[in-house]
Amino acid sequence: MNPFSSETRLRDMIRAIRACKTAAEERAVVRKECATIRASVSDNDNDYKHRNLAKLMFIHMLGYPTHFGQMECLKLIAAPGFPDKRIGYLGLMLLLDERQEVLMLVTNSLKQDLNHTNQYIVGLALCALGNISSAEMARDLAPEVERLLLFRDPNIRKKAALCSIRIIKKVPDLAENFVNSAAALLKEKHHGVLLTGVQLCTDLCKVSPDALEYIRKRCTEGLVKLLKDVVNSPYVPEYDVSGIADPFLHIRLLRLLRVLGHGDADASDCMNDILAQVASKTESNKNAGNAILYECVETIMSIEDNSGLRVLAINILGRFLSNRDNNIRYVALNMLMRAITVDSQAVQRHRATILECVKDSDASIRKRALELVYLLVNENNVKLLTKDLIDYLEISDQEFKGDLTAKICSIVEKFSPEKIWYIDQMLQVLSEAGNYVKDEVWHALIVVISNASNLHGYTVRLLYRAVQKSVDQEVLVRVAVWCIGEYGDMLVNSVGTLGIEEPITVTESDTVDVLETAIKHHTSDLTTRAMCLIALLKLSCRFPSCSERIQDIIVQNKGSLVLELQQRSIEFNSIIQKHQNIRSALCERMPVLDESSYSIRRAGSLPAVASSLQGSAVTLPNGVAKPSAAPLVDLLDLSSDDAPVPAPSQGNDFLHDLLGVDLSSGLSQAGTNQTQKSGTDALLDLLSIGTAPASSSFSALDGLSLGQGTDTSISALSGLASTSTAMPATQPSSLVGNSPMVDLLNGFGPSEQIQAEENNAAYPSIVAFESNNLKMTCNFSKQPGNLQSTLIEANFINKSSNVYTEFIFQAAVPKFLQLHLDPASSNTLPASGDGSITQKLRVTNSQHGKKSLVMRIRIAYKLNNKDVLEQGQISNFPHGL
Amino acid sequence: MIHFLLLISRQGKVRLTKWYSPYAQKERTKVVRELSGMILSRGPKLCNFVEWRGYKVVYKRYASLYFCMCVNQDDNELEILEIIHHFVEILDLYFGSVCELDLIFNFHKAYYILDEILMAGELQESSKKTVERLIDAQDALVEAAKEQANSVSYMISQATK
Repeated sequence: MNPFSSETRLRDMIRAIRACKTAAEERAVVRKECATIRASVSDNDNDYKHRNLAKLMFIHMLGYPTHFGQMECLKLIAAPGFPDKRIGYLGLMLLLDERQEVLMLVTNSLKQDLNHTNQYIVGLALCALGNISSAEMARDLAPEVERLLLFRDPNIRKKAALCSIRIIKKVPDLAENFVNSAAALLKEKHHGVLLTGVQLCTDLCKVSPDALEYIRKRCTEGLVKLLKDVVNSPYVPEYDVSGIADPFLHIRLLRLLRVLGHGDADASDCMNDILAQVASKTESNKNAGNAILYECVETIMSIEDNSGLRVLAINILGRFLSNRDNNIRYVALNMLMRAITVDSQAVQRHRATILECVKDSDASIRKRALELVYLLVNENNVKLLTKDLIDYLEISDQEFKGDLTAKICSIVEKFSPEKIWYIDQMLQVLSEAGNYVKDEVWHALIVVISNASNLHGYTVRLLYRAVQKSVDQEVLVRVAVWCIGEYGDMLVNSVGTLGIEEPITVTESDTVDVLETAIKHHTSDLTTRAMCLIALLKLSCRFPSCSERIQDIIVQNKGSLVLELQQRSIEFNSIIQKHQNIRSALCERMPVLDESSYSIRRAGSLPAVASSLQGSAVTLPNGVAKPSAAPLVDLLDLSSDDAPVPAPSQGNDFLHDLLGVDLSSGLSQAGTNQTQKSGTDALLDLLSIGTAPASSSFSALDGLSLGQGTDTSISALSGLASTSTAMPATQPSSLVGNSPMVDLLNGFGPSEQIQAEENNAAYPSIVAFESNNLKMTCNFSKQPGNLQSTLIEANFINKSSNVYTEFIFQAAVPKFLQLHLDPASSNTLPASGDGSITQKLRVTNSQHGKKSLVMRIRIAYKLNNKDVLEQGQISNFPHGL
Repeated sequence: MIHFLLLISRQGKVRLTKWYSPYAQKERTKVVRELSGMILSRGPKLCNFVEWRGYKVVYKRYASLYFCMCVNQDDNELEILEIIHHFVEILDLYFGSVCELDLIFNFHKAYYILDEILMAGELQESSKKTVERLIDAQDALVEAAKEQANSVSYMISQATK
């Protein structure tokens, strides 16, 4: 006997593995076993094939790789005896799944076994096919299975029926082949065949409308009669489950009747009586009975209208809902969700019980109940239900809060009867579970607040109070910060006090305290801090007495490690210090945000892009501050640099957004709309937070090397540059518009900017190639708005005293470049620099900004009828092309 | 349709798995880990259903073993509980008051029984007796083959081949 063959029995191996104390020990045992099995496999050791495979299955179950056993399965399946085949098929089903290619090799063995004389071998093959068949196998073996539906032994027929289900699921086209035989199975007596036959019919109806039609016509009556027989059958111990004869068959019959009755009045009529009988007679004290009732209720809800039956069904659900058993309550909630479309009144009656279920200790029930409550809400009960849910929010589990918050917000938004109620509820939710609120929800809240002009004072005071109590709720803090920035003066002056409010006295410095706490709080993230900075800037204007203190707070962020904050604080500081004249205009209140366009934007599938385009389209024609679509969201999308901002004009929105400024006052000297707009761009980008226009299109960028290669600085600068580039020469007044901007940025040095302009106008010419006989110079120009492509004008000069004829210039570029050569001005180059050939090239650099141009050239010409060839590489192109 | 069946011990060890929908090996390990974490941590009086990745997992504990079946959202959870019980009763009938150790050492037999009860993710037989009869008949076939292989005449015929 082979010394390496595995001598340990399966039982011993399992014992050894179980005896292992550590995972490492277990791995060692498994490794050893695997090694002996491998050795045995490669020796083709027949005596232990059986045992080896059994061991492998166990090892597989522990989660170790066992792919080397796959071929063993195939060998065992191909063996003649039943014991080998039995374990082989088991291994096949365990170790392989339908996606493995090895499976294809087994198709032939399966085919043979499906035709075997031993019915148990046929059974094994059917079982394997039914459990792991792929679409190809299903197609290949469908005829065999079809034939087996008529096999003499019922145990094979039932397996064939289930196998057919797998086949038609994998290949729905084959459904029609099975319809006739499936319908025939419904006439059998054997329960196993009936069970599987009914299931097959149900699945056929699902995949093929023709099959549904056929079975509905031919079998509905028979099925009703069959169900009647089963329901009224006397006690049969073999099929009895707690006093009910074969509940499994009951359930499958009810399910098939549901499919047949759905959308067909005649079929529904036909089954009314029996459904009523099942619904009223089935015992509901055991799980089996409840399972049947549950199925029956679902069938009643799905078939065509019969109000009597529905009352019966709803009553059953009511009974279920008040049951002590959690399983029964769970399915009742599940069912009520479907019933709500049929009879919402009946479901409303159970509202109180359902609401109780939201507070259940069982997470599954809570989840179901919450979904159901969500469907139950309407205009009439929204206040009641919301109050209850918000009260519960306080005490609910941490992991449930997310779901609960989302649902409450959605309910409040959908059904709010008035704005004040909406704001009240949202603020409560924010105070309780602000950290679970999604961005779009609080963005929407701000839109609503902005629109409710009579509630500004009320809201800001409410928020002021709330934020004192719940400093940790980040979203609450953000909304509060925004509102204080906008409406801080109303907080101090108690403007627009409503009757229901308690009076409150807040000083200017209290207000600044809130912002200072928020910006310094350890949980505040970049967005919150950035919002604080803007709010502070705004307050500095509204509360002149606190201006110095605010400046101090802002300056503290000068050293922030976050570039965004650092930059903003420098800029804002500069605004406060040096630009008193435009500050009040900059810090004006935001225009009212447009609700309808915001909701459109939220609904849209590509929200950011779509509506910012929309927004700019709206504002472009007149170029003056009008509340546009995009604003709010852009303001709030503080860190979304993923949205490709289409064009500089987009910036226009931003400015208004952020600061609510009508720039015309600040730039009144700039006569035309045109200038005004470009002025806006720069300011705007200057102030926009973290929104980097991804496709900024200004060549000036490269000229400006500030050593801050981040998106944000580029965005600000490109915005700045846009002032100059976008201001066309046709606008002589451009300088007027330009100057305040440059001033604003004095920290960044305007000189570079000017240089950038020059650079943009002309890159220096270069001598690209020079030999003893020839000189090639290049001039560069770019088309504005197309950063990637460069126009190169190549000039060739003959340095020798002979004329060159048949002059051909060729060039090659690496893959990231695209080259287009225009025809040369001539193919003859006069001697001694007496003239030149010019040729235009257009190069598009797809890696613009990352790689610079490079080109290989070849120049061929004839000198005294002799071919001359010159080659070279140009790598001295100006940087930034 | 039942997508898969898991038998997990209270310690989280897998005792039996059967996949009727395709899950890659890696995915299977992940699913088992995820579900055993979810199910084993649930209290005793809670309902027997957990919602998971858009499916429902119906589970029931028998002694130290959790029987879990993953089904579609619209399947009848109560019936699945009955199917689990049906399976357990048949195991009990076959092994004679089955315990976890039976299933560990005779896992292949548990699989054979399962294959007579479920196929393609659907229930195959509602009669316990029929299942028992079929299993016994197949076991007898195996025994017969073994006896034949051990018989003296067979050994002689093999040796003289």
